[in-house]
Amino acid sequence: MTDLADVKKAGASIGRPVERIEDLRLLKGQGRFIDDLRRDGMLHAAIVRSAVAHGRIRAIDASAALKRAGVHAVITAREIMSAMNGIVPTIPLRSDAVAGIEPFQQPVIAHAKVRYVGEPMAVVVADNPALAEDAVDAVALDIEPLPVVADWSAAEKNDVRLFEGQPSNCALVVSAIRGDADSAFRDAPYTRRERLSVHRFTAMPMETRGLLGEWDQARKKLTLLGVTKAPFLCRRILAKQMGIAEADIDMVEGDTGGSFGVRGEFYPEDFLIPFAARHVGRPVKWIEDRREHFIATNHSRQADCELELACTRDGTILALRGRVHTDAGAYVRTNGVTPARNIGQVSSGPYRIPHVLMNVSLMLTNKTPVGTYRGPGRFETDFFRERLFDIVAADLGIDRVEFRRRNLVPESDMPYPLATCLGGATECDSGDYRMTLDRCLAEFNWSEKTRLNGKLIDGRYHGVGIGCYIEGGASGPREGARLVLESDGTVSVYTGSSANGQGLETVFTQIAADALGMPMERIRGVFHGSTAHVKEGFGAFSSRSVVMGGSAIVVVAGKLKEAIRGAAATRFGCTPEEIAAIEGERAVASDGRSISWAELAARTPGGLFAEGSFASSKRTYSYGAHAAHIAVDPRTGHIELIDYVAVEDVGRIINPETLHGQALGAIVQGLGGVFLEGLVYDEQGQLMTGSFADYLVPTATDFPNIRVFALEERPSPNNPLGAKGAGEGGIIPVGGVIANAVAAALSSLGVQPRELPLSPPRVWQLIQEARG
Amino acid sequence: MTIRFELNGKPVEADVPARTTLADCIRHHLMQTGTHVGCEHGVCGACTVIVDGAAVRSCLMLAVQAEGAQVITVEGLSREDSLTPLQAAFRKHHALQCGFCTPGILTTAHALLTEEPDASEERIREVLAGNLCRCTGYIPIIEAVLEARSAYTKRGKGERP
Repeated sequence: MTDLADVKKAGASIGRPVERIEDLRLLKGQGRFIDDLRRDGMLHAAIVRSAVAHGRIRAIDASAALKRAGVHAVITAREIMSAMNGIVPTIPLRSDAVAGIEPFQQPVIAHAKVRYVGEPMAVVVADNPALAEDAVDAVALDIEPLPVVADWSAAEKNDVRLFEGQPSNCALVVSAIRGDADSAFRDAPYTRRERLSVHRFTAMPMETRGLLGEWDQARKKLTLLGVTKAPFLCRRILAKQMGIAEADIDMVEGDTGGSFGVRGEFYPEDFLIPFAARHVGRPVKWIEDRREHFIATNHSRQADCELELACTRDGTILALRGRVHTDAGAYVRTNGVTPARNIGQVSSGPYRIPHVLMNVSLMLTNKTPVGTYRGPGRFETDFFRERLFDIVAADLGIDRVEFRRRNLVPESDMPYPLATCLGGATECDSGDYRMTLDRCLAEFNWSEKTRLNGKLIDGRYHGVGIGCYIEGGASGPREGARLVLESDGTVSVYTGSSANGQGLETVFTQIAADALGMPMERIRGVFHGSTAHVKEGFGAFSSRSVVMGGSAIVVVAGKLKEAIRGAAATRFGCTPEEIAAIEGERAVASDGRSISWAELAARTPGGLFAEGSFASSKRTYSYGAHAAHIAVDPRTGHIELIDYVAVEDVGRIINPETLHGQALGAIVQGLGGVFLEGLVYDEQGQLMTGSFADYLVPTATDFPNIRVFALEERPSPNNPLGAKGAGEGGIIPVGGVIANAVAAALSSLGVQPRELPLSPPRVWQLIQEARG
Repeated sequence: MTIRFELNGKPVEADVPARTTLADCIRHHLMQTGTHVGCEHGVCGACTVIVDGAAVRSCLMLAVQAEGAQVITVEGLSREDSLTPLQAAFRKHHALQCGFCTPGILTTAHALLTEEPDASEERIREVLAGNLCRCTGYIPIIEAVLEARSAYTKRGKGERP
């Protein structure tokens, strides 16, 4: 294996703020997003969705829709069952199976019952999108309404069950365990319990989902375009559902307008559109509209927590214990368990907590199902923990920074194990957690600014808050790469990783160039996210691309260099050991004869290439601290973010610009969740915030003052780059940091925020309540 | 119905149903797909194009309303292979990630700086608050537009840099 030292020695591209390769096409309107593609004879699909949150389907009458001009087909559960031996396929978990979850998986189309507003009931296929949408309104739906389970506490009563055959509305209880928390609490000199909650919000990428399915009847082959994130894993699901071999499906990734976790999972449409293409025998395109996106694409976050901390009187943490209910929506989708797992497993964050017990229940309700959104479960659990820490520190009369510093995992304890969860163990790999805390305090000028706490200046209360976090990245088990030396001496990089807007082509070009000891210009291109590129791939989730996909490139570059060495040896009639150098552009034999890589590639029958993978089940843990200075207007509840500082250590920085962009973008998304965004339902399970007029995402005027400092102090020992996943850290601590700043600002009133969001009406209400 | 207008300096003609939006006409009838549609209700700004000098939401305008107008999309901002100073500043400041909202932000900023080449940071923020971006956190976008101002001040009003 090429090791870190080799790559570092080259080091000509890695670490430099190189301008992005992707930008040249994207800035000129030459990107190729899914709705930019067309095919001869292509038809368009529109989805008939339930407007009822919970009900029994009495009848679906498509006859009027079918009579409309330009309509080719209306596909319901009946058409699918008749083509699939009487079965409506369900959507499994994407990766690891979890026992007992199967009954709660979503069918690809509603049959017998609907369980949330937005659930697909039929697919209309027509000549163009407008005709398809017209025909959607002509499909008559007869649904007998059932009582709606509007939240987790209603779900817990079990009066109304989403799945009648099941004993309860609780799909799963996830336990995260370390040590013996109950005993530790029994003996603890001090404990404190708080009830805290995070509301429902989600990723909201600017490009909605979309798919284009092409069925080749003669060859019985399917091509599906518009995929991203996990094309190989989705192909596995689709092949099984459609009853064809994985090898007969090509998943093709193009330019993608953001994912942040929600886009690229296997949704009902990922079956319905390919099925429709096969059903009508023509290419079928579907582009989700924004209203559909609000009700169809995964939601996230919503969780209530009873969290308890046990400490000594000097503030040494003894144990953490929590009971959490997540509002999981109507089904457990592909990654629906992940947020709950993370709430449990990452509850201790960067702190040394010997005893942990978290029980997290996935409660089913008549809402859009949840999945992962950047920092899934981590955002929630960090809010719970960091909020409780401030309350505890105040109780014990200990400075809140000192309380954190005292309990951060010391570097001497690395690697440090987290609680085990669903049979999985993980450990923090490396880090000097106090260093990032101290750097954050220094950059923020904490000692000065903390004097502002609670001060009323020009009618506004000022406050500062701080929080520490870890970011788990690099989920395993493997990632694949294939490198091809072309006959012009350039190298093509094929990867199993996916690009959904994060600059993957650029950072992978940097890694490949350094791993091969060549300038970036000689990397012909990075080809990603399509199943034809490599034998086995996984994708872009859980902050894994640089670590897993990047390391795969390093590994395979080593193999390619060996192949080049071997080819040169054959050419010169010597042993591979007698090839003195192969760096850069030429292979040089010990006797001085040399040949260019280009010529070697052109002259080697079958070409020169290498394929392989990087395997690791050990996660990386970036870490850091954030601090915020806010001012609250007690007359309106409005909060201004005056300063925000983020310090993170990501082990190894490939491109400072793209890394900075990840952190900044994630922080602003987190601030959006804290202050602005919310997926609000009424008692009938209708989404009340189903447009950008109601669901407010941050704009350019909202948060202009954010400073990010990225470090590479402690490389990960678990991969040849020393890199750590760094796409999600920015969002993780935001809720706790801001809520702690609000508590500090309003300390004279005794306000303790225990719930997000901290929208103006909420904050105003907290102030009114505190004033009595 | 048949409509005629000028798209990026060239006369175009399209035969579209009366209900077709300008965005759909440009994208799906005239095959210029650089203009993106992100919300179809006039909030996100991804579909912003310049009609007779003004930045407009092409998802809220019917194609027939563009009859006889001069329309500029992101494809019309740059000539050939080179980036304009505005586009180059976006690249330098990492003012885009997924790039989906970018065409609308570029057209909005271009229309603004063409009219107000000395726009203040506050003014730029205010105008760009009509364009949603979910990747960047906006700060690099503001930096890029601020830097690009000089390219507009050097030229006469309305002239393309």
